[in-house]
Amino acid sequence: MRKYIINSIFLLSIVAIIVSCQNQETIDLQNYMSNGKDIYKAKCQNCHGENGEGLGQLAPPLTDSVFLKTNKNRLACIIKNGANETFTIHGKEYKEKMPAFPELADIDVAQVMVFVTNSFGNKQGFVPYTQVSTQLQNCK
Amino acid sequence: MNKIISSIAFCLLFITILSSCQQEKKLPFYGERHAETVKDAAGVEKIDTVYQTIPNWSFLNQDSIVTTNKATDGKVYVADFFFTSCTTICPTMHRNLMTVYNEFKTNPDVMFVSHTIDFKYDRPYVLKKYAQKLGVDGAKWQFLYGSKDSVYTLAEKNYLVAVGEDSTAKDGYIHQGYLVLVDKDRRIRGAYDGTKEDQVEQLKKDIPVLLAEYKK
Ligand code: HEC
Repeated sequence: MRKYIINSIFLLSIVAIIVSCQNQETIDLQNYMSNGKDIYKAKCQNCHGENGEGLGQLAPPLTDSVFLKTNKNRLACIIKNGANETFTIHGKEYKEKMPAFPELADIDVAQVMVFVTNSFGNKQGFVPYTQVSTQLQNCK
Repeated sequence: MNKIISSIAFCLLFITILSSCQQEKKLPFYGERHAETVKDAAGVEKIDTVYQTIPNWSFLNQDSIVTTNKATDGKVYVADFFFTSCTTICPTMHRNLMTVYNEFKTNPDVMFVSHTIDFKYDRPYVLKKYAQKLGVDGAKWQFLYGSKDSVYTLAEKNYLVAVGEDSTAKDGYIHQGYLVLVDKDRRIRGAYDGTKEDQVEQLKKDIPVLLAEYKK
């Protein structure tokens, strides 16, 4: 009987930890989303649009989930350092230059990246900023 | 008899109300003004207010063609100052101006004129590429290139828009994002912050008001 109680307490606490972890992640995600949205409005919306629709051929849309998924390990670097190459988004080529944002700290990059990849029809889920930091250290 | 008088009075009242409505709908005049003595059609001298006007100009457009004020003479037009490598307010200004352009696309009395303030880099072929990528085609929206002096003077003295080089600014230039509304007689009739959607909506409402002034 005693063993049974101890076992169930153990099990319960594991479940509790998992549940609270998930909660923590949901809370973090909400935080990132709301801060990320503010950063997006201030720094990105002018080119990429309120709904991520882009601006003609001058700036690509952020609605191409396939592109964002295949390049998900590069997004942090693109956001921080800008880009000057040819991207194919929704089957169209874009080759204008995106500026760098050296003023964005790693946490800012993480937040705006999480916002973009979970808005405009994208659903990549949460990425913690420690992981984004590592990505940023390995930018090419 | 009484009936006639009262109906005349009624008509008069009606007309006054109507004309006062029209008065209200007139757009203001911007810039300097002075009084001048002019002769009216009958040769009678009277005092009139003369408003600031946009002087003659001549620039290269996006097709490298010399373009002058003749292009806009007799039209209502919207003017602004920008540069193609601007990463801050210009994309917003032109995203918003695009919606105005699309709304008046088929109206031959309305034009758009964007002056670049980047005299070093924004040559006509750069402007052409920019216009195409923005989604603008044809002569209704002119992208104009000129010397620093001519463009900056026009901006500050005539369109009342502040522009300048600034090595500390993110893209090397600073400028205000106004969309300036000019009437058919080259007078400034409105200035709208092109980065603010509500002001751009106001511009869309004011253009027909201005056009209506000429339809009498
Ligand atoms: C001055 C305009 C401009 C601004 C501001 C800007 N971008 Fe971009 N962005 C571009 C352009 C142009 C490209 C394409 C670059 C290329 O082809 O090399 C791009 C590409 C991207 C891409 C990859 C392509 C895609 O469509 O998915 C992402 C992600 C992105 N930007 C996110 C951002 C974020 C986040 C911000 C704000 C921190 C931002 N951008 C600010 C112009 C801009």
